[in-house]
Amino acid sequence: MLVAGRRGSLLLALAALLVAALPLFASNYHLQLASTALVAAMFALSLQLVVGGAGMVSLGHAAFFGIGAYAIHLLPAGISIALTLPAAMALAAIAALAVGALSLRTRGFFFLMTTLAFGQMLFFVFHDTPLGGGKDGVFITRPALELFGLAWEIPRRQRAAAMLWINLGLLAAMYVGLALLMRTLFGRALLGIRGNEDRMRALGYDTRTVKLAAFVLAGALAGVAGHCQAMTEAFVTPEMLAWHHGAEALLMILLGGLGALHGPILGAFAYVGLGEASTLITERQRLVEGLVILAVVLALPRGLAGIGRGWRR
Amino acid sequence: MLEIRAGTATAVLPRRRLASLAAGAAVAAALPRPARAQGAPLRVGLMLPFSGTFAALGENIAAAIELHLAERGGRMGGRPLQIIRLDDESNPANAVQNANRLVGRDRAEVLIGTVHSGVVMALVQISRERGIPLIIPNAGNVAATRELCAPSIFRSSFSNWQPAYGMGLALGRQGVKRAAWITWDYAAGNEAGEGFRQGLAAGGGEVVRELKLPFPETNFQPLLAQIPGLNVEAVGSFFAGGGAVQFVREYAAAGLKERIPLCGSGFLTEGVLGPQGAAAEGIRTALHYGDGLDSPKNTAFREAFKARTTRDADVYAVQGYDAAQMLAAGLEAVRGDLGAEAAFVRAIREARIDSPRGAFTLSPSHNPVQNIYLREAKGGQNRVVGIAAEALADPGTGCRMPA
Amino acid sequence: MDLSGLLAQLLNGMQYGLLLFLISSGLTLIFGVMGVINLAHGSLFMIGAYAAFVITGWTGALWLALPAALIGGALFGALLERGLFRHFYRREHLDQVLLTFALILLFEEARSALLGNDFHSVQVPALLDFSVPVTPDFAYSAYRLAVLGACVLVALLMFLGLERTRLGSAVRAAAEKPEMVELLGLDARRIHMAVFALGTALAMLAGALAAPLQSVYPNMGDGFLIISFVVVVVGGVGSVAGAFWGALLIGLVDTLGKAYLPEVAGLAVYVLMAAVLLWRPSGLFAPARG
Repeated sequence: MLVAGRRGSLLLALAALLVAALPLFASNYHLQLASTALVAAMFALSLQLVVGGAGMVSLGHAAFFGIGAYAIHLLPAGISIALTLPAAMALAAIAALAVGALSLRTRGFFFLMTTLAFGQMLFFVFHDTPLGGGKDGVFITRPALELFGLAWEIPRRQRAAAMLWINLGLLAAMYVGLALLMRTLFGRALLGIRGNEDRMRALGYDTRTVKLAAFVLAGALAGVAGHCQAMTEAFVTPEMLAWHHGAEALLMILLGGLGALHGPILGAFAYVGLGEASTLITERQRLVEGLVILAVVLALPRGLAGIGRGWRR
Repeated sequence: MLEIRAGTATAVLPRRRLASLAAGAAVAAALPRPARAQGAPLRVGLMLPFSGTFAALGENIAAAIELHLAERGGRMGGRPLQIIRLDDESNPANAVQNANRLVGRDRAEVLIGTVHSGVVMALVQISRERGIPLIIPNAGNVAATRELCAPSIFRSSFSNWQPAYGMGLALGRQGVKRAAWITWDYAAGNEAGEGFRQGLAAGGGEVVRELKLPFPETNFQPLLAQIPGLNVEAVGSFFAGGGAVQFVREYAAAGLKERIPLCGSGFLTEGVLGPQGAAAEGIRTALHYGDGLDSPKNTAFREAFKARTTRDADVYAVQGYDAAQMLAAGLEAVRGDLGAEAAFVRAIREARIDSPRGAFTLSPSHNPVQNIYLREAKGGQNRVVGIAAEALADPGTGCRMPA
Repeated sequence: MDLSGLLAQLLNGMQYGLLLFLISSGLTLIFGVMGVINLAHGSLFMIGAYAAFVITGWTGALWLALPAALIGGALFGALLERGLFRHFYRREHLDQVLLTFALILLFEEARSALLGNDFHSVQVPALLDFSVPVTPDFAYSAYRLAVLGACVLVALLMFLGLERTRLGSAVRAAAEKPEMVELLGLDARRIHMAVFALGTALAMLAGALAAPLQSVYPNMGDGFLIISFVVVVVGGVGSVAGAFWGALLIGLVDTLGKAYLPEVAGLAVYVLMAAVLLWRPSGLFAPARG
């Protein structure tokens, strides 16, 4: 999985600046839309660590996203983000550890079926037990924005902008962190497993532990994405855990490009933009989504990031 | 409330149909003009399912709203209305985004919606946060008019508690001492179960067992097989749409129907009598509307709805029609000026809505105070056979309405 | 608990499990032979159910819908294999997952455009429209018993076909050791198409059989897809016998769980799956892999 080069990084940084400047000229509605895309990008990026990194297709990833979101609901209302965010990560990571430890006893499509089934189990937990507050979802009180006793009070009119900046900051941190991680021994071991797991095992790597570590980290980061969506929308619903949601993230990865770390970010923005545009044209959303996937699978196997590379060559 | 309606497929409408209903432009010119707010049309956002499982419900609600608007020459309080439709697909995952679309992008000033009780939460939230008036034309989750109540939130339909309370009360008054309750284990089913339990207790009976299965599973057999051993005189239930069809048929096929009468919240047999066939014959349910309600208002409404849509009106159409009537009551009082928020809210709260179901007023928590009718399924109709609970108000527990 | 109640619940569990077998046997064979996971398998179940609805509506006879679902399913499956899946055997897993996810969306959309989003029921054939008392105070619909019998019949035919015919033994070999196909000089393309056609036909037959029990409605295949995955994981990939016993086990666990431990019933099958993964990660009835 390629980390963008110097020129690519520059372009990404410029794009981030552009998003950060949106509140200067865009309406609140478009700021919310941008936040949606940023959260989707975090979610897809976290999954990229498992799919693009270790080469494992997980269909249960949405469960960790949802657990991160529900963390805010499970904690006392109105406490600081300095508590809710780590809690969201921790809860999602614990769930990922349990699911990963069992699922990683299998490989390939077997792994995919197992993650799907466990993901669906967690969906049922939040959908059908009192823990989640019911299938209709629940309102939550947004976490307080305070760090080390410094509180940031936001007037309601500026909330969309504040949420945008927080989401952007977390996405940027996540991307930079993962880019650095991919250059470490761990990152190279992960890519080695993707290439040929048996060879890596022969070389003395404990491949299952490496994969489990990647799976748990990805789960924790999905928890961050879920936390951010809950914080932005002040609403959580069990649908956040549904496997269709996880499949959407896979689509974003494929749309953006499986081979590049920044692919999911491009894919998420393309996907959200496409969805918004298609609401203006047709009500048959599934048709549009289905045809887009078919087109990408059949014609664009390397995704949007692949197009860029193709041009440069 | 979740509800699936059987019947013919309805036409698919464009997702966002900007229907500028300044139909009565010529008529309006002749009318005396109110002092202000005359120029721009008032944008009313209709967030309803126009695709997906509940599309037929959304279409009937929207058609009835437009019917009432047309009856008023396209105006309320002297102002033309612009209806903005948005398809919520009954998908809670996109609910917040869709609500933001209506308010943020399309600049809706009043919201009407929706069917799905999860999706409606997003509308309740946006209404509470921004004070945008919301009228709920179906979703029956009790929270909307209990702990989440707000001056700007109204309901033209029912709370899940109401019909089930009526059913329980009617059973108790018939002398039923022991009954079981069977439902999907989710908010609507449990809220209805609470109503049934309280209603039956008020009539002198008791719910001895609650049987539940996860929503929306339809493998009823494991539950049905337990019923004979419970020694009950009646079984109350809350199911809707597809689940209701299958449940009623399996209840009959298990040989239970003749020995232990099945009853329930009206949605058990609402819009699904066709596919239920003989298995539904004779089942008694309670709801705030039914077939054979003989009043000039109801007759006129059903004829007008049929003429406009070629479909028969149902409880959903009634709820949509009354949502429009409630909006009209508010807008007339303030002459189309939503800035006069307090007067607008007071006018709706104090209005007497001349509904096809029978006139109703609103409770302090903005839920209809209405008759719950006892109905019996007969020949494909839910015939009204009596009143299960007269002028029943939802208790509104936990609602603290700011003065 | 009373004995007659238990009897009724066992019957329920078997009937549910056998229906699951029809769906998951195709899934496991397709996976075993071609290494492709078909997320749209649940949609094929839905298509079979809607086919039964449409055909019963036209002709009034469910009897005609069953062979139609079988034959139509086989043709449809062969077509899908030929037109789409064949080109994906060597592609990334992600591509296969998304291809079949796209098919789910497109099948649902086609269903919505052609037949609408309403809920429909399918009449039980008049001949079987009666109930048989299985215990003194609980009756069982005759159609349910007939479905149970039909599923057993199909399972028997499948075992015979796989054991006694040339194509069957080739399929079995391919499912257990995909590399055997080329070693034995078998025509892989023919086997692939036959397996896909069989899997599709079985899923659609299951849909048609279930239509009068389940009624037909949008997304009805979704729940069956997930539970079929659980069956395949528990039973072992590529093994029809595994799918059979796995399906029965899951059907019984789910049904008895709902009857006697309703608080945890939704989770029971997943707990079972977790236990199997811990104990025998390749499934309870997995064929020995070389």
